[in-house]
Amino acid sequence: MHIRLKVWRQENTDSAGKLESYELQNVNEDMSFLEMLDVLNEQLMKQGVRPVEFDHDCREGICGQCGVMINGRPHGPLKNTTTCQLHMRSFRDGEEIYIEPFRATAFPVKCDLKVDRSSFDRIIQSGGFISVNTGQAPEANTTRISSPLAESAFDAAACIGCGACVAVCKNSSAALFTSAKITHMALLPQGKEEAQDRVLHMVNQMDAEGFGHCTNTEACEVVCPQEISVLHIARMNWEFNKAHILRK
Amino acid sequence: MTQTTLTRKIWMALTGLFLCFFLVIHLLGNLQLLLPAAESQLQFNAYSHLLSGNILIKIISWVLYASIIAHVVYAIIITAANTRAQKQKYHYDRRGTVSKWYSRNMGLLGTIIFIFLVIHFRDFWYVYKFGQLPLDARGNKDLYTLVMEVYSQTWYVGVYVICMVALCYHLLHGFFSAARTLGVYHPKYVRWIKVLGWIYSVGICAGFAIIPVYVHFLK
Repeated sequence: MHIRLKVWRQENTDSAGKLESYELQNVNEDMSFLEMLDVLNEQLMKQGVRPVEFDHDCREGICGQCGVMINGRPHGPLKNTTTCQLHMRSFRDGEEIYIEPFRATAFPVKCDLKVDRSSFDRIIQSGGFISVNTGQAPEANTTRISSPLAESAFDAAACIGCGACVAVCKNSSAALFTSAKITHMALLPQGKEEAQDRVLHMVNQMDAEGFGHCTNTEACEVVCPQEISVLHIARMNWEFNKAHILRK
Repeated sequence: MTQTTLTRKIWMALTGLFLCFFLVIHLLGNLQLLLPAAESQLQFNAYSHLLSGNILIKIISWVLYASIIAHVVYAIIITAANTRAQKQKYHYDRRGTVSKWYSRNMGLLGTIIFIFLVIHFRDFWYVYKFGQLPLDARGNKDLYTLVMEVYSQTWYVGVYVICMVALCYHLLHGFFSAARTLGVYHPKYVRWIKVLGWIYSVGICAGFAIIPVYVHFLK
């Protein structure tokens, strides 16, 4: 198949970027979207043009590294898919495809399609941990966790931090990401001890990074590759309200 | 208490829910306008007089004014912060396909409602409180006749109904969003609130819209 691309090119964070047009012939429809970009880069290198920079790692849909805006939607036209798991068969022959970086003030563009998502790391650092005693491993059944509880904690923990929730949000809110990280720990007995400090610190960090307010449009859940439920946001709000009311 | 994105939303939710509660009371009072003319006039005027004289109602009305102002002020603060959170726009934006249009346009719907409120306060609230109104047979200010006159104008009824549609969509998102902000996360109650939100929003807005339409065409 033949495709026409409009790709965002930007030298570095401080430079102004713009959309550049490229054409690719003989694209195999079984290629993944990232493989298509590899082919584009090969073509650009042969022409002596700087290749397009984009983030990627496992290419199995589990690491959360890849993620670009494809035709105005994070990770492209499919629901709950990462960019690497999107294939060219989802596009028509001759289609024009716009590729832009995820945009948010808290995600500055580093180069082309690569954005700096370290704001997510700092949210995790502010409270996404539990304090444990060092020493011998404790007896495994000392802390009982039922299977349904473990499963629902895992549903929240499944967030791969790709940033699609922020990219799709009209307010650039990181509520889905932050709430998934908070809920994951709030559900488990090990996380109860620091629950109050955790939610307050993580919400404060989320705000300090410059993310917007969640207005519950629920767009994030639709594009999330891991199908993280928006009800985690409700639970974050619950934990936050509880912490505010009960803290000394 | 330091202001976070979540605390601002809590204020939006609490003021919004108070306004939701007020709408129920307001609608119940207004439904008296649907009674037969003679009975309706005396009863509605007596009801208006009762409300304007009661100290409890006075306190509630101050909370109401404060809620409207706080709801608007917080909406502006939140919108300004959200605009700062996304300075650069997408050149090709299809994000609208994954959420409901009214959930993304609460500010626009809210502005329509605000304009309606200004008209509404000028036509009824201001005239009742500070204007000269003739008295009815029992010596109460004749608000009923004023309402009938205003509702006899076709353009006014049209604007009223359009504003009620805007209010309906605003409530539809607002009611459920408030519950979420306050932290209702249990899937069962989330489902109930969605259904309740629909019943509430459509019920309130249809109720309000029926009154001027009925008065205009049938009274």
